[in-house]
Amino acid sequence: MAEIEIKNLRKEFGEFVAVEDSTFKVEDGEFFMLLGPSGCGKTTTLRMMAGLELPTSGQILIDGEDVSFKRARDRDIAFVFQMYALYPHLNVRQNLEYPLRSQRASSSLIREKVAEVAAILKIEQLLDSPVGRLSGGDRQRVALGRAIVRDPAAFFMDEPLGALDAEFREEMAEELRALHDRMRATTIYVTHDQLEAMQMGDKIVVMNHGIIEQFGVPQDIYDWPATKFVADFIGSPAMNFLEIGHQELGIGENTVMFKEYPIQVPASVQDFDGSIDIGVRPEHISFSREVDGISAVVVASEYLGTTQIVSVQVEQTILKARVPSGEEYAIGSTTNLHFDPRNISLFDHHSGRALLSEGNQEVLING
Amino acid sequence: MSYSVTAPSSRTKLFSGLVVSLYALITLAPLLWIIATGFKSGQDSIHYPPKVLFEPTLEGYVNLFTTRTRIPSDQVAKEPASMSWYEEIVNKKGEMIAGPSKYGERFLNSTVIGFGSTALCMLLGTMAAYAFSRFKVPLKDDLLFFILSTRMMPPIAVAIPIFLMFKNLGLNDTYLGMIMLYTAVNLSLSVWLLKGFMDEIPVEYEEAALIDGYTRFEAFLKVVLPQAITGIASTAIFCLIFAWNEYAFAVLLTSGDAQTAPPFIPTIIGVSGKDWPAVAAGATLFLVPVMVFTVLLRKHLLRGITFGAVRK
Ligand SMILES: Nc1ncnc2c1ncn2[C@@H]1O[C@H](COP(=O)(O)OP(=O)(O)O)[C@@H](O)[C@H]1O
Ligand SMILES: [Mg+2]
Repeated sequence: MAEIEIKNLRKEFGEFVAVEDSTFKVEDGEFFMLLGPSGCGKTTTLRMMAGLELPTSGQILIDGEDVSFKRARDRDIAFVFQMYALYPHLNVRQNLEYPLRSQRASSSLIREKVAEVAAILKIEQLLDSPVGRLSGGDRQRVALGRAIVRDPAAFFMDEPLGALDAEFREEMAEELRALHDRMRATTIYVTHDQLEAMQMGDKIVVMNHGIIEQFGVPQDIYDWPATKFVADFIGSPAMNFLEIGHQELGIGENTVMFKEYPIQVPASVQDFDGSIDIGVRPEHISFSREVDGISAVVVASEYLGTTQIVSVQVEQTILKARVPSGEEYAIGSTTNLHFDPRNISLFDHHSGRALLSEGNQEVLING
Repeated sequence: MSYSVTAPSSRTKLFSGLVVSLYALITLAPLLWIIATGFKSGQDSIHYPPKVLFEPTLEGYVNLFTTRTRIPSDQVAKEPASMSWYEEIVNKKGEMIAGPSKYGERFLNSTVIGFGSTALCMLLGTMAAYAFSRFKVPLKDDLLFFILSTRMMPPIAVAIPIFLMFKNLGLNDTYLGMIMLYTAVNLSLSVWLLKGFMDEIPVEYEEAALIDGYTRFEAFLKVVLPQAITGIASTAIFCLIFAWNEYAFAVLLTSGDAQTAPPFIPTIIGVSGKDWPAVAAGATLFLVPVMVFTVLLRKHLLRGITFGAVRK
């Protein structure tokens, strides 16, 4: 069990900054997600935490102890690689035994632990097969087994499901989460799949270009994104943005203008003078036939069972709304938009940062 | 790698089979002739037209391992009953065995020097290749090029300096000198070949071992080497073949204690007339160790020759 803290961690490869001064904290027993698009520095961050890469500057603390420059084997962690990295010259049993052998464990203990882990992962019948013959899912189970067998303080997983087929991925994701709920070991999990992160994570760090954009529980990140990048990256379909141009906003003000139409938003807690984009999730857009709001033209609709995604065009912008599938919207027809005033974020058009309001201030000031 | 998915037609198969057989015949014929000559008598070996069928005899092998003199006319031949089979063979030609020849020693020298330099070359080569493959070595590319450049001129071009150097260091005609020399010549090849094989092994395996509690050296021994075994085996064969067959340096730098078989075999001819069966016998035996070594490692060699291309 371990609590892991990252302080101003930075990694440069020559001129290139792969990870910019990052700070976050993983509580004991948490299932922690490192989320971001490909190439944003997730793997580099995780490898520094594991001791496979040395940081350029900053600190890594495991249970309060500074391990930044300690060797991997002295950190008491386990790493699950995306490509499994099972030792190809050994069979399943030998792979599982390997971490215990380095600790010079007695052979009776080794046998006992391997049997226990094999039972947990339901791979008893595979113990004597060479790893080359296993399916992707079984390889992943063995890789997990190799991580579990040593009872490490923390698990680090780098896109462990990335190489699996989509349908199997879901099954393994559930297995993994169930396993974690049972063992309660601190787990740091890297993924570029926002859905996976939202479903499995207790907490999420969202990274982009080596910078930590936001850090928090999935619900907070979804509801109150700190930046346009996060708003866009999380959720499917993504958050809608509507450019409303230059506005002056004072503390306590709760209306912004789109052309001549007023839009109700959570009351601002900061002064702002500049270009603003409105951010609204698809489920917070509704349509009405009354002619009192922003008018939009229906351009497409996509049926998803109980809900449908209706795309409408406002000026040059396409917005997507999630509405009950019972309602019917003919393509080409005109409708009026209504935004749920409690769930709107405002972004500085230039920096992409969210403006603080009564809605998001709690989330963003802590995060 | 992509492969053609159409199976070869039977005509293609027949054709390639023929080509391969023809090639095998061309390369194997001289070899078979040498092996056969080793079992011929002196007359049969120079018989014209050449004999394909003949009565086999071990005369060549006996001559190879012995020195002989004519039985002086005043000395009575030994009682046939007390003669061993090889004395009998010699006796029939009116000769008697004077003592063992040097062939055994030379063969042993070849074995020690050939396998010794190969082993040393593998030891140094795997470690150097691993370092070049995995670590940030300062001036890595320049060093690799330098290592390769030692191969660019024929080794014999440096024969004179090496001869003088060895003479001053007292390394002429010693095991140590020859092992060092062959190791030095082979090392460039083995570092380059092995680096290629090591590059093919994903670093995740070692990283997994490092996290699993092993030291870097343990990870190298237990995780990298077993996976590089294919490369090590094929590189070892290349090194052994070079060291085993090397002639020019051996002629120049060895004459007695450390003389290897290649410079010795031709001298057999002169001992008592043109003794072709003995020469052929010497050549035949000389082939055996490399053949055995290659056969033992052939499983790895076949995979190694593709240079990792078939790795999944
Ligand atoms: N050893 C390295 N040398 C140079 N650049 C690297 C190295 N490792 C990673 N990078 C670069 O750092 C960036 C972040 O990489 P990585 O952490 O693997 O991203 P992610 O895992 O989020 O996809 C990438 O642009 C990558 O090219
Ligand atoms: Mg990655």
